[in-house]
Amino acid sequence: MTYLPLLGILLVVIGFALRFNPLLVVAVSAIVTGLLGGMPFLKVLATLGHGFNENRYVTVIWIILPVVGLLERYGLQERARAVIADIRGATAGRLLIVYLAVRQILSALGLTTVAGHAQTVRPLVAPMVTAAAEKQQSELDEPTRERVKAMSAATDNVGLFFGEDIFIAIGSILLIQGSMAGFGIELTPIHLSLWAIPTAICAFLIHSARLLWLDRKLGRGR
Amino acid sequence: MIDYQWLYALAGAVFVGFAIGSARDETNPRRWGNAAFWSLLVVSFWFGDFLGDIGNGLLVLALVGIAGFHLIGRGSKESGTPKQREQSSQRHGNKLFLPALIIPFTAFVGTLVFNYTPLNALGIIDPKAVTLVLFGCGVLIALVVIYLWLRPPVLAGVDDGSRLTNSIGWAMVLPQMLASLGVIFAAAGVGTTIGAMVSAIIPHGNVFLAVVLYALGMVVFTMIMGNAFAAFPVMAAAIGVPILIHGAGADPAVIGAVGMLAGFCGTLMTPMAANFNIVPAALLELKDQYGVVRVQVATAIPLLICNILILYFAGYLWAH
Repeated sequence: MTYLPLLGILLVVIGFALRFNPLLVVAVSAIVTGLLGGMPFLKVLATLGHGFNENRYVTVIWIILPVVGLLERYGLQERARAVIADIRGATAGRLLIVYLAVRQILSALGLTTVAGHAQTVRPLVAPMVTAAAEKQQSELDEPTRERVKAMSAATDNVGLFFGEDIFIAIGSILLIQGSMAGFGIELTPIHLSLWAIPTAICAFLIHSARLLWLDRKLGRGR
Repeated sequence: MIDYQWLYALAGAVFVGFAIGSARDETNPRRWGNAAFWSLLVVSFWFGDFLGDIGNGLLVLALVGIAGFHLIGRGSKESGTPKQREQSSQRHGNKLFLPALIIPFTAFVGTLVFNYTPLNALGIIDPKAVTLVLFGCGVLIALVVIYLWLRPPVLAGVDDGSRLTNSIGWAMVLPQMLASLGVIFAAAGVGTTIGAMVSAIIPHGNVFLAVVLYALGMVVFTMIMGNAFAAFPVMAAAIGVPILIHGAGADPAVIGAVGMLAGFCGTLMTPMAANFNIVPAALLELKDQYGVVRVQVATAIPLLICNILILYFAGYLWAH
Protein backbone atom coordinates (compact mmCIF):
# COMPACT_ATOMS: atom_id res chain seq x y z
CA MET A 1 0.00 0.00 0.00
CA THR A 2 1.15 3.52 -0.72
CA TYR A 3 0.60 6.58 1.44
CA LEU A 4 1.37 8.98 -1.42
CA PRO A 5 -2.27 9.74 -2.43
CA LEU A 6 -2.78 11.17 1.08
CA LEU A 7 -0.76 14.18 -0.09
CA GLY A 8 -3.90 15.16 -2.02
CA ILE A 9 -5.69 15.65 1.31
CA LEU A 10 -2.83 17.81 2.54
CA LEU A 11 -3.17 19.96 -0.59
CA VAL A 12 -6.86 20.50 0.13
CA VAL A 13 -6.17 21.51 3.73
CA ILE A 14 -3.38 23.92 2.74
CA GLY A 15 -5.34 25.33 -0.20
CA PHE A 16 -8.43 26.00 1.92
CA ALA A 17 -6.33 27.47 4.75
CA LEU A 18 -4.56 29.87 2.36
CA ARG A 19 -7.95 30.76 0.86
CA PHE A 20 -7.17 29.95 -2.74
CA ASN A 21 -10.24 29.60 -4.90
CA PRO A 22 -11.81 26.35 -3.56
CA LEU A 23 -12.77 25.16 -7.05
CA LEU A 24 -9.12 25.39 -8.08
CA VAL A 25 -7.96 23.70 -4.86
CA VAL A 26 -10.33 20.79 -5.36
CA ALA A 27 -9.42 20.29 -9.01
CA VAL A 28 -5.66 20.41 -8.35
CA SER A 29 -6.02 18.03 -5.41
CA ALA A 30 -8.12 15.63 -7.49
CA ILE A 31 -5.53 15.53 -10.27
CA VAL A 32 -2.56 15.19 -7.88
CA THR A 33 -4.29 12.45 -5.85
CA GLY A 34 -5.13 10.52 -9.01
CA LEU A 35 -1.60 10.79 -10.42
CA LEU A 36 -0.01 9.77 -7.09
CA GLY A 37 -2.46 6.86 -6.93
CA GLY A 38 -0.90 5.61 -10.16
CA MET A 39 -3.60 6.70 -12.61
CA PRO A 40 -2.49 8.13 -15.97
CA PHE A 41 -3.52 11.77 -16.58
CA LEU A 42 -6.25 11.00 -19.13
CA LYS A 43 -7.76 8.45 -16.73
CA VAL A 44 -7.81 11.08 -13.95
CA LEU A 45 -9.45 13.58 -16.30
CA ALA A 46 -12.04 11.00 -17.35
CA THR A 47 -12.79 10.01 -13.73
CA LEU A 48 -13.21 13.67 -12.78
CA GLY A 49 -15.50 14.31 -15.74
CA HIS A 50 -17.51 11.17 -15.10
CA GLY A 51 -17.95 12.06 -11.42
CA PHE A 52 -19.02 15.60 -12.31
CA ASN A 53 -21.56 14.39 -14.87
CA GLU A 54 -23.03 11.75 -12.55
CA ASN A 55 -23.52 14.31 -9.77
CA ARG A 56 -25.36 16.98 -11.76
CA TYR A 57 -28.47 16.48 -9.62
CA VAL A 58 -26.63 18.24 -6.75
CA THR A 59 -26.72 21.54 -8.68
CA VAL A 60 -30.35 21.25 -9.89
CA ILE A 61 -31.62 22.80 -6.63
CA TRP A 62 -30.56 26.29 -7.80
CA ILE A 63 -33.49 26.51 -10.21
CA ILE A 64 -35.24 27.98 -7.14
CA LEU A 65 -33.28 31.26 -7.38
CA PRO A 66 -35.54 33.07 -9.89
CA VAL A 67 -38.49 32.49 -7.52
CA VAL A 68 -36.60 33.86 -4.51
CA GLY A 69 -35.18 36.76 -6.55
CA LEU A 70 -38.58 37.78 -7.94
CA LEU A 71 -40.21 37.71 -4.51
CA GLU A 72 -37.38 39.83 -3.12
CA ARG A 73 -38.10 42.39 -5.87
CA TYR A 74 -41.62 42.67 -4.44
CA GLY A 75 -40.39 43.10 -0.85
CA LEU A 76 -40.37 39.56 0.63
CA GLN A 77 -37.46 40.30 2.98
CA GLU A 78 -39.06 43.60 4.06
CA ARG A 79 -42.31 41.71 4.73
CA ALA A 80 -40.48 39.10 6.84
CA ARG A 81 -38.96 41.90 8.91
CA ALA A 82 -42.30 43.68 9.30
CA VAL A 83 -43.97 40.54 10.64
CA ILE A 84 -41.32 40.12 13.32
CA ALA A 85 -41.46 43.80 14.25
CA ASP A 86 -45.15 43.28 15.12
CA ILE A 87 -44.60 40.28 17.38
CA ARG A 88 -43.95 41.26 21.00
CA GLY A 89 -41.26 39.26 22.73
CA ALA A 90 -39.81 37.88 19.49
CA THR A 91 -36.08 37.53 19.97
CA ALA A 92 -33.44 36.17 17.61
CA GLY A 93 -32.72 33.22 19.89
CA ARG A 94 -36.36 32.27 20.48
CA LEU A 95 -37.18 32.48 16.78
CA LEU A 96 -34.27 30.21 15.93
CA ILE A 97 -35.24 27.72 18.66
CA VAL A 98 -38.70 27.46 17.09
CA TYR A 99 -37.14 27.08 13.64
CA LEU A 100 -34.77 24.40 14.97
CA ALA A 101 -37.65 22.38 16.41
CA VAL A 102 -39.72 22.68 13.23
CA ARG A 103 -36.76 21.77 11.02
CA GLN A 104 -35.91 18.71 13.16
CA ILE A 105 -39.50 17.48 13.20
CA LEU A 106 -40.03 17.98 9.46
CA SER A 107 -36.73 16.22 8.71
CA ALA A 108 -37.67 13.37 11.01
CA LEU A 109 -40.82 12.98 8.89
CA GLY A 110 -38.68 12.72 5.77
CA LEU A 111 -39.53 16.25 4.59
CA THR A 112 -35.93 17.39 4.24
CA THR A 113 -36.37 19.59 1.16
CA VAL A 114 -39.27 21.70 2.41
CA ALA A 115 -36.74 24.01 4.07
CA GLY A 116 -33.13 24.90 3.37
CA HIS A 117 -30.68 27.72 2.83
CA ALA A 118 -32.18 28.84 -0.49
CA GLN A 119 -35.79 27.86 0.26
CA THR A 120 -36.22 29.36 3.73
CA VAL A 121 -33.06 30.77 5.33
CA ARG A 122 -32.19 33.52 2.84
CA PRO A 123 -35.72 34.74 2.02
CA LEU A 124 -37.40 34.29 5.42
CA VAL A 125 -35.41 33.13 8.44
CA ALA A 126 -32.33 35.36 8.18
CA PRO A 127 -34.34 38.62 7.64
CA MET A 128 -36.72 37.72 10.48
CA VAL A 129 -33.93 36.87 12.90
CA THR A 130 -31.98 39.98 11.96
CA ALA A 131 -35.09 42.10 12.50
CA ALA A 132 -35.58 40.55 15.94
CA ALA A 133 -31.92 41.18 16.80
CA GLU A 134 -32.37 44.82 15.76
CA LYS A 135 -35.25 45.09 18.23
CA GLN A 136 -32.98 43.70 20.96
CA GLN A 137 -30.01 45.91 20.17
CA SER A 138 -30.89 49.17 18.48
CA GLU A 139 -27.48 49.68 16.95
CA LEU A 140 -26.50 46.24 15.74
CA ASP A 141 -22.79 46.33 14.91
CA GLU A 142 -21.44 44.56 11.85
CA PRO A 143 -19.80 41.52 13.57
CA THR A 144 -23.00 40.85 15.55
CA ARG A 145 -25.14 41.13 12.42
CA GLU A 146 -22.82 38.64 10.66
CA ARG A 147 -22.99 36.31 13.64
CA VAL A 148 -26.78 36.40 13.75
CA LYS A 149 -26.99 35.57 10.03
CA ALA A 150 -24.42 32.79 10.38
CA MET A 151 -26.40 31.37 13.31
CA SER A 152 -29.52 31.26 11.10
CA ALA A 153 -27.69 29.08 8.56
CA ALA A 154 -26.12 26.97 11.33
CA THR A 155 -29.51 26.34 12.91
CA ASP A 156 -30.85 25.04 9.61
CA ASN A 157 -27.90 22.63 9.34
CA VAL A 158 -28.23 21.35 12.92
CA GLY A 159 -31.98 20.84 12.49
CA LEU A 160 -31.51 18.95 9.23
CA PHE A 161 -28.56 16.74 10.26
CA PHE A 162 -29.96 15.71 13.62
CA GLY A 163 -33.53 15.22 12.46
CA GLU A 164 -33.23 13.37 9.17
CA ASP A 165 -31.79 10.14 10.60
CA ILE A 166 -34.99 9.56 12.58
CA PHE A 167 -36.73 8.99 9.24
CA ILE A 168 -36.29 5.38 8.17
CA ALA A 169 -35.96 5.86 4.42
CA ILE A 170 -33.17 8.43 4.40
CA GLY A 171 -29.90 7.79 2.56
CA SER A 172 -27.67 7.58 5.62
CA ILE A 173 -29.84 4.96 7.33
CA LEU A 174 -29.88 2.85 4.18
CA LEU A 175 -26.10 3.26 3.91
CA ILE A 176 -25.57 2.05 7.49
CA GLN A 177 -27.86 -0.90 6.87
CA GLY A 178 -26.09 -1.71 3.60
CA SER A 179 -22.56 -1.44 5.04
CA MET A 180 -23.45 -3.57 8.05
CA ALA A 181 -25.08 -6.18 5.81
CA GLY A 182 -21.75 -6.34 3.98
CA PHE A 183 -20.19 -7.54 7.26
CA GLY A 184 -22.98 -10.11 7.77
CA ILE A 185 -24.80 -8.00 10.40
CA GLU A 186 -28.53 -7.68 9.70
CA LEU A 187 -30.20 -4.48 11.01
CA THR A 188 -33.65 -3.05 10.44
CA PRO A 189 -34.00 0.65 9.50
CA ILE A 190 -36.48 1.25 12.34
CA HIS A 191 -33.94 0.01 14.87
CA LEU A 192 -31.31 2.41 13.50
CA SER A 193 -33.65 5.37 13.35
CA LEU A 194 -34.72 4.85 17.00
CA TRP A 195 -31.08 5.20 18.03
CA ALA A 196 -30.91 8.56 16.25
CA ILE A 197 -33.39 10.00 18.77
CA PRO A 198 -31.06 10.46 21.81
CA THR A 199 -28.58 12.45 19.71
CA ALA A 200 -31.43 14.48 18.19
CA ILE A 201 -32.54 15.48 21.71
CA CYS A 202 -28.95 16.36 22.73
CA ALA A 203 -28.55 18.45 19.55
CA PHE A 204 -31.74 20.37 20.32
CA LEU A 205 -30.71 21.05 23.92
CA ILE A 206 -27.13 22.07 23.14
CA HIS A 207 -27.99 24.32 20.21
CA SER A 208 -30.97 25.88 22.02
CA ALA A 209 -28.75 26.68 24.99
CA ARG A 210 -26.39 28.49 22.60
CA LEU A 211 -29.32 30.39 21.08
CA LEU A 212 -30.48 31.50 24.52
CA TRP A 213 -26.92 32.61 25.20
CA LEU A 214 -27.04 34.61 21.95
CA ASP A 215 -30.19 36.30 23.27
CA ARG A 216 -28.44 37.18 26.53
CA LYS A 217 -25.64 38.82 24.62
CA LEU A 218 -28.05 40.69 22.36
CA GLY A 219 -30.00 42.00 25.32
CA ARG A 220 -33.64 42.11 26.24
CA GLY A 221 -36.35 42.47 23.61
CA ARG A 222 -38.41 45.64 23.69
CA MET B 1 -41.17 8.03 -16.75
CA ILE B 2 -40.10 11.37 -15.31
CA ASP B 3 -36.48 10.97 -14.21
CA TYR B 4 -33.34 13.05 -13.74
CA GLN B 5 -33.12 13.77 -17.51
CA TRP B 6 -36.28 15.91 -17.30
CA LEU B 7 -34.80 17.87 -14.41
CA TYR B 8 -31.53 18.37 -16.30
CA ALA B 9 -33.49 19.74 -19.28
CA LEU B 10 -35.28 22.17 -16.93
CA ALA B 11 -32.10 23.12 -15.09
CA GLY B 12 -30.32 23.74 -18.41
CA ALA B 13 -33.10 26.12 -19.43
CA VAL B 14 -32.90 28.00 -16.12
CA PHE B 15 -29.13 28.30 -16.44
CA VAL B 16 -29.59 29.74 -19.95
CA GLY B 17 -31.53 32.43 -18.11
CA PHE B 18 -28.67 32.91 -15.63
CA ALA B 19 -26.21 33.29 -18.53
CA ILE B 20 -28.41 35.85 -20.29
CA GLY B 21 -29.11 37.74 -17.07
CA SER B 22 -25.37 37.86 -16.27
CA ALA B 23 -24.55 39.18 -19.74
CA ARG B 24 -27.22 41.89 -19.37
CA ASP B 25 -25.82 43.18 -16.07
CA GLU B 26 -23.62 46.10 -17.09
CA THR B 27 -22.68 46.89 -13.49
CA ASN B 28 -20.59 43.70 -13.43
CA PRO B 29 -17.12 44.40 -14.93
CA ARG B 30 -16.59 40.70 -15.65
CA ARG B 31 -20.07 39.91 -16.93
CA TRP B 32 -18.86 37.88 -19.93
CA GLY B 33 -16.89 35.59 -17.63
CA ASN B 34 -20.04 34.95 -15.62
CA ALA B 35 -22.05 34.34 -18.79
CA ALA B 36 -19.42 31.85 -20.02
CA PHE B 37 -19.38 30.06 -16.64
CA TRP B 38 -23.17 29.52 -16.59
CA SER B 39 -23.18 28.61 -20.29
CA LEU B 40 -20.74 25.78 -19.56
CA LEU B 41 -23.20 24.47 -16.98
CA VAL B 42 -25.95 24.62 -19.61
CA VAL B 43 -23.73 22.43 -21.82
CA SER B 44 -23.23 20.06 -18.89
CA PHE B 45 -26.96 19.78 -18.12
CA TRP B 46 -28.12 19.41 -21.72
CA PHE B 47 -25.28 17.54 -23.39
CA GLY B 48 -23.27 16.02 -20.51
CA ASP B 49 -24.24 12.47 -21.48
CA PHE B 50 -22.98 12.97 -25.05
CA LEU B 51 -19.62 14.57 -24.22
CA GLY B 52 -17.92 11.40 -22.98
CA ASP B 53 -15.86 11.24 -19.78
CA ILE B 54 -12.86 13.11 -21.17
CA GLY B 55 -15.11 15.77 -22.70
CA ASN B 56 -16.74 16.29 -19.30
CA GLY B 57 -13.30 16.40 -17.71
CA LEU B 58 -12.28 19.22 -20.08
CA LEU B 59 -15.53 21.02 -19.24
CA VAL B 60 -14.63 20.78 -15.55
CA LEU B 61 -11.15 22.20 -16.26
CA ALA B 62 -12.73 25.09 -18.17
CA LEU B 63 -15.06 25.87 -15.25
CA VAL B 64 -12.15 25.73 -12.82
CA GLY B 65 -10.07 27.95 -15.11
CA ILE B 66 -12.75 30.64 -15.26
CA ALA B 67 -13.32 30.61 -11.50
CA GLY B 68 -9.71 30.02 -10.44
CA PHE B 69 -8.31 32.91 -12.47
CA HIS B 70 -10.98 35.29 -11.16
CA LEU B 71 -12.73 35.81 -14.48
CA ILE B 72 -16.14 35.99 -12.81
CA GLY B 73 -17.38 38.96 -10.82
CA ARG B 74 -20.47 40.44 -9.25
CA GLY B 75 -22.71 43.27 -10.34
CA SER B 76 -24.12 45.88 -7.99
CA LYS B 77 -27.55 46.05 -9.60
CA GLU B 78 -30.49 45.68 -7.23
CA SER B 79 -34.01 44.87 -8.25
CA GLY B 80 -35.90 48.04 -7.42
CA THR B 81 -34.99 50.61 -4.79
CA PRO B 82 -35.37 49.90 -1.05
CA LYS B 83 -38.30 52.34 -1.08
CA GLN B 84 -40.07 50.50 -3.90
CA ARG B 85 -39.61 47.21 -2.09
CA GLU B 86 -40.94 48.68 1.17
CA GLN B 87 -44.03 50.04 -0.61
CA SER B 88 -44.63 46.77 -2.40
CA SER B 89 -44.25 44.88 0.86
CA GLN B 90 -46.92 47.08 2.46
CA ARG B 91 -49.24 46.90 -0.52
CA HIS B 92 -49.17 43.10 -0.86
CA GLY B 93 -48.96 42.31 2.84
CA ASN B 94 -48.50 38.78 4.09
CA LYS B 95 -49.84 37.34 0.84
CA LEU B 96 -46.24 37.73 -0.39
CA PHE B 97 -45.36 34.65 1.65
CA LEU B 98 -47.76 32.44 -0.29
CA PRO B 99 -45.66 31.96 -3.47
CA ALA B 100 -42.65 31.21 -1.26
CA LEU B 101 -44.64 28.52 0.50
CA ILE B 102 -45.77 26.85 -2.74
CA ILE B 103 -42.46 24.98 -3.05
CA PRO B 104 -42.46 23.37 0.42
CA PHE B 105 -46.20 22.74 0.11
CA THR B 106 -45.78 20.94 -3.21
CA ALA B 107 -42.97 18.83 -1.73
CA PHE B 108 -45.09 18.00 1.32
CA VAL B 109 -48.32 17.09 -0.48
CA GLY B 110 -46.44 15.41 -3.32
CA THR B 111 -44.49 13.18 -0.92
CA LEU B 112 -47.69 12.15 0.87
CA VAL B 113 -49.55 11.49 -2.40
CA PHE B 114 -46.63 9.59 -3.86
CA ASN B 115 -46.13 7.40 -0.78
CA TYR B 116 -49.71 6.66 0.18
CA THR B 117 -51.61 6.36 -3.11
CA PRO B 118 -51.34 3.91 -6.03
CA LEU B 119 -49.51 6.66 -7.95
CA ASN B 120 -46.30 5.10 -6.71
CA ALA B 121 -47.06 1.83 -8.50
CA LEU B 122 -47.91 3.55 -11.81
CA GLY B 123 -44.27 4.39 -12.30
CA ILE B 124 -44.83 7.95 -13.56
CA ILE B 125 -41.90 9.32 -11.55
CA ASP B 126 -38.56 7.59 -11.05
CA PRO B 127 -38.49 6.81 -7.26
CA LYS B 128 -34.85 7.94 -7.06
CA ALA B 129 -35.71 11.36 -8.44
CA VAL B 130 -39.05 11.91 -6.75
CA THR B 131 -37.93 14.56 -4.22
CA LEU B 132 -36.22 16.68 -6.85
CA VAL B 133 -39.05 16.25 -9.37
CA LEU B 134 -41.56 17.53 -6.81
CA PHE B 135 -39.19 20.39 -6.02
CA GLY B 136 -38.99 21.24 -9.75
CA CYS B 137 -42.79 21.18 -10.03
CA GLY B 138 -43.03 23.52 -7.03
CA VAL B 139 -40.60 25.97 -8.64
CA LEU B 140 -42.57 25.99 -11.92
CA ILE B 141 -45.91 26.49 -10.16
CA ALA B 142 -44.45 29.30 -8.02
CA LEU B 143 -43.07 31.03 -11.13
CA VAL B 144 -46.44 30.84 -12.91
CA VAL B 145 -48.25 32.21 -9.84
CA ILE B 146 -45.78 35.08 -9.46
CA TYR B 147 -46.02 36.08 -13.12
CA LEU B 148 -49.83 35.91 -13.15
CA TRP B 149 -50.27 37.74 -9.83
CA LEU B 150 -47.49 40.33 -9.67
CA ARG B 151 -46.96 40.77 -13.42
CA PRO B 152 -43.24 41.59 -13.32
CA PRO B 153 -41.43 42.62 -16.53
CA VAL B 154 -40.81 39.56 -18.73
CA LEU B 155 -37.07 39.44 -18.13
CA ALA B 156 -37.32 40.19 -14.39
CA GLY B 157 -37.07 36.50 -13.52
CA VAL B 158 -33.88 36.23 -15.54
CA ASP B 159 -32.37 39.36 -13.96
CA ASP B 160 -33.39 38.55 -10.39
CA GLY B 161 -32.35 34.92 -10.71
CA SER B 162 -28.93 35.78 -12.04
CA ARG B 163 -28.50 38.51 -9.40
CA LEU B 164 -28.72 35.81 -6.72
CA THR B 165 -26.81 33.29 -8.82
CA ASN B 166 -23.87 35.65 -9.22
CA SER B 167 -23.87 36.47 -5.51
CA ILE B 168 -23.20 32.76 -4.93
CA GLY B 169 -20.90 32.50 -7.95
CA TRP B 170 -18.44 29.61 -8.21
CA ALA B 171 -19.58 28.26 -4.82
CA MET B 172 -22.64 26.96 -6.64
CA VAL B 173 -20.71 24.17 -8.38
CA LEU B 174 -18.36 23.44 -5.47
CA PRO B 175 -20.59 20.68 -3.99
CA GLN B 176 -20.68 18.93 -7.37
CA MET B 177 -16.88 19.29 -7.70
CA LEU B 178 -16.36 17.86 -4.22
CA ALA B 179 -18.52 14.88 -5.16
CA SER B 180 -16.19 14.19 -8.10
CA LEU B 181 -13.16 14.63 -5.82
CA GLY B 182 -14.71 11.90 -3.66
CA VAL B 183 -14.80 9.62 -6.71
CA ILE B 184 -11.08 10.23 -7.32
CA PHE B 185 -10.23 9.72 -3.63
CA ALA B 186 -12.04 6.37 -3.75
CA ALA B 187 -10.32 5.34 -7.00
CA ALA B 188 -6.89 6.23 -5.58
CA GLY B 189 -7.53 4.13 -2.46
CA VAL B 190 -7.51 7.00 0.08
CA GLY B 191 -10.27 5.40 2.17
CA THR B 192 -8.58 2.02 2.53
CA THR B 193 -5.24 3.68 3.40
CA ILE B 194 -6.81 5.72 6.20
CA GLY B 195 -8.71 2.67 7.47
CA ALA B 196 -5.45 0.69 7.63
CA MET B 197 -3.69 3.53 9.47
CA VAL B 198 -6.45 3.76 12.07
CA SER B 199 -6.51 -0.02 12.67
CA ALA B 200 -2.74 0.08 13.15
CA ILE B 201 -2.90 2.55 16.06
CA ILE B 202 -5.94 1.10 17.82
CA PRO B 203 -5.22 -0.09 21.39
CA HIS B 204 -6.58 -3.52 22.20
CA GLY B 205 -8.55 -4.19 25.35
CA ASN B 206 -9.65 -0.63 26.17
CA VAL B 207 -13.21 -0.35 24.86
CA PHE B 208 -13.70 3.28 25.87
CA LEU B 209 -10.59 4.35 23.99
CA ALA B 210 -11.70 2.35 20.97
CA VAL B 211 -15.09 4.12 21.08
CA VAL B 212 -13.36 7.52 21.25
CA LEU B 213 -11.12 6.65 18.29
CA TYR B 214 -14.10 5.36 16.30
CA ALA B 215 -16.01 8.62 16.85
CA LEU B 216 -12.99 10.85 16.27
CA GLY B 217 -12.10 8.83 13.18
CA MET B 218 -15.60 9.45 11.82
CA VAL B 219 -15.24 13.18 12.55
CA VAL B 220 -11.79 13.62 11.02
CA PHE B 221 -12.48 11.51 7.95
CA THR B 222 -15.82 13.30 7.44
CA MET B 223 -14.06 16.65 7.66
CA ILE B 224 -11.59 15.54 4.99
CA MET B 225 -14.16 14.06 2.62
CA GLY B 226 -16.86 16.63 3.31
CA ASN B 227 -19.51 14.03 4.07
CA ALA B 228 -20.06 11.24 6.55
CA PHE B 229 -21.24 8.80 3.89
CA ALA B 230 -17.71 8.27 2.60
CA ALA B 231 -16.32 7.94 6.12
CA PHE B 232 -18.80 5.42 7.49
CA PRO B 233 -17.91 2.26 5.53
CA VAL B 234 -14.19 2.90 6.19
CA MET B 235 -14.50 3.44 9.94
CA ALA B 236 -17.01 0.60 10.30
CA ALA B 237 -14.50 -1.72 8.63
CA ALA B 238 -11.53 -0.40 10.62
CA ILE B 239 -12.96 -0.20 14.17
CA GLY B 240 -16.76 -0.44 14.38
CA VAL B 241 -17.26 -4.03 13.25
CA PRO B 242 -14.02 -5.87 14.16
CA ILE B 243 -13.28 -4.23 17.52
CA LEU B 244 -16.53 -2.84 18.91
CA ILE B 245 -19.18 -5.22 17.57
CA HIS B 246 -17.30 -8.52 17.19
CA GLY B 247 -14.57 -7.87 19.76
CA ALA B 248 -16.42 -6.14 22.59
CA GLY B 249 -19.95 -7.33 21.79
CA ALA B 250 -21.41 -3.82 21.34
CA ASP B 251 -24.93 -3.26 19.93
CA PRO B 252 -24.59 -2.93 16.10
CA ALA B 253 -27.61 -0.60 15.84
CA VAL B 254 -26.05 1.94 18.23
CA ILE B 255 -22.58 1.64 16.72
CA GLY B 256 -24.07 2.19 13.25
CA ALA B 257 -26.59 4.96 13.95
CA VAL B 258 -24.62 7.01 16.49
CA GLY B 259 -21.33 6.48 14.62
CA MET B 260 -22.89 8.14 11.59
CA LEU B 261 -24.20 10.99 13.77
CA ALA B 262 -20.69 11.51 15.19
CA GLY B 263 -19.65 11.96 11.56
CA PHE B 264 -22.36 14.62 11.15
CA CYS B 265 -20.63 16.60 13.93
CA GLY B 266 -17.62 16.61 11.59
CA THR B 267 -19.80 17.87 8.73
CA LEU B 268 -20.62 20.92 10.85
CA MET B 269 -16.92 21.75 11.18
CA THR B 270 -15.54 21.50 7.63
CA PRO B 271 -15.50 23.81 4.61
CA MET B 272 -15.44 20.64 2.49
CA ALA B 273 -19.17 20.23 3.19
CA ALA B 274 -19.63 23.15 0.84
CA ASN B 275 -23.36 23.01 0.24
CA PHE B 276 -24.05 23.27 3.99
CA ASN B 277 -21.21 25.54 5.07
CA ILE B 278 -19.75 27.60 2.21
CA VAL B 279 -22.77 28.10 -0.06
CA PRO B 280 -25.00 29.60 2.68
CA ALA B 281 -22.19 32.00 3.63
CA ALA B 282 -22.26 33.24 0.02
CA LEU B 283 -26.06 33.16 -0.14
CA LEU B 284 -26.37 35.29 3.00
CA GLU B 285 -23.58 37.56 1.75
CA LEU B 286 -21.39 37.03 4.81
CA LYS B 287 -17.98 38.71 4.70
CA ASP B 288 -16.24 35.63 6.10
CA GLN B 289 -16.67 32.60 3.83
CA TYR B 290 -16.03 30.38 6.88
CA GLY B 291 -18.53 32.33 9.04
CA VAL B 292 -21.07 29.49 9.18
CA VAL B 293 -18.45 26.84 10.06
CA ARG B 294 -17.10 29.07 12.82
CA VAL B 295 -20.41 29.38 14.69
CA GLN B 296 -21.12 25.66 14.32
CA VAL B 297 -18.00 24.42 16.12
CA ALA B 298 -19.38 25.23 19.58
CA THR B 299 -22.45 23.08 18.88
CA ALA B 300 -20.52 20.27 17.19
CA ILE B 301 -17.97 19.58 19.94
CA PRO B 302 -20.35 19.17 22.93
CA LEU B 303 -22.62 17.10 20.68
CA LEU B 304 -19.68 14.89 19.72
CA ILE B 305 -19.00 14.28 23.42
CA CYS B 306 -22.68 13.30 23.87
CA ASN B 307 -22.34 10.89 20.95
CA ILE B 308 -19.25 9.29 22.45
CA LEU B 309 -21.06 8.81 25.75
CA ILE B 310 -24.13 7.35 24.00
CA LEU B 311 -21.89 4.99 22.02
CA TYR B 312 -20.14 3.82 25.18
CA PHE B 313 -23.02 3.61 27.64
CA ALA B 314 -25.92 2.60 25.38
CA GLY B 315 -23.89 0.73 22.80
CA TYR B 316 -21.45 -1.15 25.03
CA LEU B 317 -22.28 -1.11 28.75
CA TRP B 318 -26.03 -1.40 28.31
CA ALA B 319 -25.63 -4.20 25.76
CA HIS B 320 -23.94 -6.35 28.45
